[in-house]
Amino acid sequence: MSAHGHDEPVVRPEQVNIADSSMWKKIPMIAGAIGIIALAGAFGLKGEHDEGFYFSYLTSTMFWLALSLGGLFFVLVQHAARAGWSIVVRRIAENMALTLPMMGLLILPVVFLGAHDLFHWTHAEAVASDPMLTWKEPYLNETSFRIRAVVYIVVWSLFGIFYWHKSTSQDSATGKSILDNSHKMRWAAPLGIAVFALSLTFSAFDWLMSLDPHWFSTIFGAYYFSGAVVSTHAFIALIVILLHRSGYLRGVVTKEHFHDLGKMMFGFTVFWAYMAFSQYMLIWYATIPEETEWFSYRGAGDYLALSIVLVFARFVFPFLGLISRHIKRNPKTLAFWAVWILVAEFIDMFWLIDPVGPHNAGNHHPAIEFGLVDILCFVGIGGLWLAVMTWGLSRKALVPVNDPRLAESVHFENF
Amino acid sequence: MGKRPKSFGLLAEYETPGDLYHACEQVRDAGYAAWDAYTPFPVHGLEKAMGLRASLVPWIVCVMGFTGAALGFLMQYWMAAVDYPLIIAAKPLNSYPAFVPITFEPGILFGAFGAVFGMLGLNKLPQLYHSLFNSKNFARVTDDRFFIAIEARDPRYHTEDTTKFLEETGALSVEEVED
Repeated sequence: MSAHGHDEPVVRPEQVNIADSSMWKKIPMIAGAIGIIALAGAFGLKGEHDEGFYFSYLTSTMFWLALSLGGLFFVLVQHAARAGWSIVVRRIAENMALTLPMMGLLILPVVFLGAHDLFHWTHAEAVASDPMLTWKEPYLNETSFRIRAVVYIVVWSLFGIFYWHKSTSQDSATGKSILDNSHKMRWAAPLGIAVFALSLTFSAFDWLMSLDPHWFSTIFGAYYFSGAVVSTHAFIALIVILLHRSGYLRGVVTKEHFHDLGKMMFGFTVFWAYMAFSQYMLIWYATIPEETEWFSYRGAGDYLALSIVLVFARFVFPFLGLISRHIKRNPKTLAFWAVWILVAEFIDMFWLIDPVGPHNAGNHHPAIEFGLVDILCFVGIGGLWLAVMTWGLSRKALVPVNDPRLAESVHFENF
Repeated sequence: MGKRPKSFGLLAEYETPGDLYHACEQVRDAGYAAWDAYTPFPVHGLEKAMGLRASLVPWIVCVMGFTGAALGFLMQYWMAAVDYPLIIAAKPLNSYPAFVPITFEPGILFGAFGAVFGMLGLNKLPQLYHSLFNSKNFARVTDDRFFIAIEARDPRYHTEDTTKFLEETGALSVEEVED
């Protein structure tokens, strides 16, 4: 019910443009340098016959890729639903999706160099002596695996660049082209969602599920997706809170938007539990050996403890912690749960990948192996990811300043 | 001399939601406790103008939801492990993973009951009689008029002073309503 003069702009330039003297302008260089050094260190530590290296590399790649894909999903779904509340945080998601071309390059070593270490089904002699792998060969063979990977990367990159470009060029557009940009982004969104759903599902099948090629779960793509979406909302909230601390976006992204991001974190936490439990219960109930094996070695050795940690870290604690409206509307408590959720996402990726690593080959009591290479991979890929993301963030306005419905988003209130 | 009818309170009529909104702010700031606003449609932000405290409904839903989930689990445990124990697919009698979906459902059901009946209870609904319908003008509350009623049981209530106060808030009319 506050009165706003018609000549007063919806957002002031100093609220949404990173100043030249700001730390945010330096982060791309610093994070990029740290990323390159860490990644070089990780590859340097990789021994001649280090079969475990690509497992560490894949864990971190899938973690950061989840945030890139989640950012793309956020942009697509907000356009498709023509959502008003999210416009002030959409640019952050667009910058997250801008990392997709680089993440595509970073996944290439897994596809072209590490496949033999990672994927049992790439060994011709193993396939020949295994009826199940022979049966799956039309899908699980290296040629189609590589073609599919290139298709995912190209499609994701096109959508990531398209939305970043259309949205940032709208900032300087005038007249009718402002609306044209909005219409094009909205028009492409439903198509994008369909392509996104298929590519994410099959990439999760290819790069995560086929680590244990005997095992299969039709819900697996949705499992990876649900974790990615929780983490994306957590990451957006965290970036806004950090920008608030630097003095940006104050009065633009308000506690009303934190409340909504918190609701999405809460909702998708439950969705993750729904996916994870649906996957587990059907397999547990049916007790078919080739399906239960995947859970049986995650319920033995070190992994029994980590499986229990995952259930509590990814569902029970954030569910209880985010239930209250007051926690979602307070940036400090929301930041705590956002960091928590991102840590849980990494535990989840580790839990999916590490048990099948070479140190657990033929071991019915798998052990957790986490070392310097894992940390260097995480920092390396994460540094490069953050460099691209903050490069977009600090070069362009922090919100789509010319979006026709920006005022609606700034003044948005929850009932 | 006949007994004077007991008064329910004063009813003030407003023309626009904006008038009502600002009048509510003044009634709130004057410190009245037993009063309410009546509108044909939800007026955005009116709960702030009225100074309403957060609703109790979420707490009712929380307690009911967890109660429902606990009862749902206990029901299944009692059926499968106590009352009629049967070994199915070589699984233990207390096969809790199988109980999860049906634990979830009564949790939702009881939570929804808590929301609906809690809301009705806090609104004192259903009500067969309400004094405000003694006012002829009040019929327009379902059409195009906005009302504030300050009730006689309010400790700050004083027929003349409160009438004067309500007139100063920009009311079209102020009338006393029989209980």
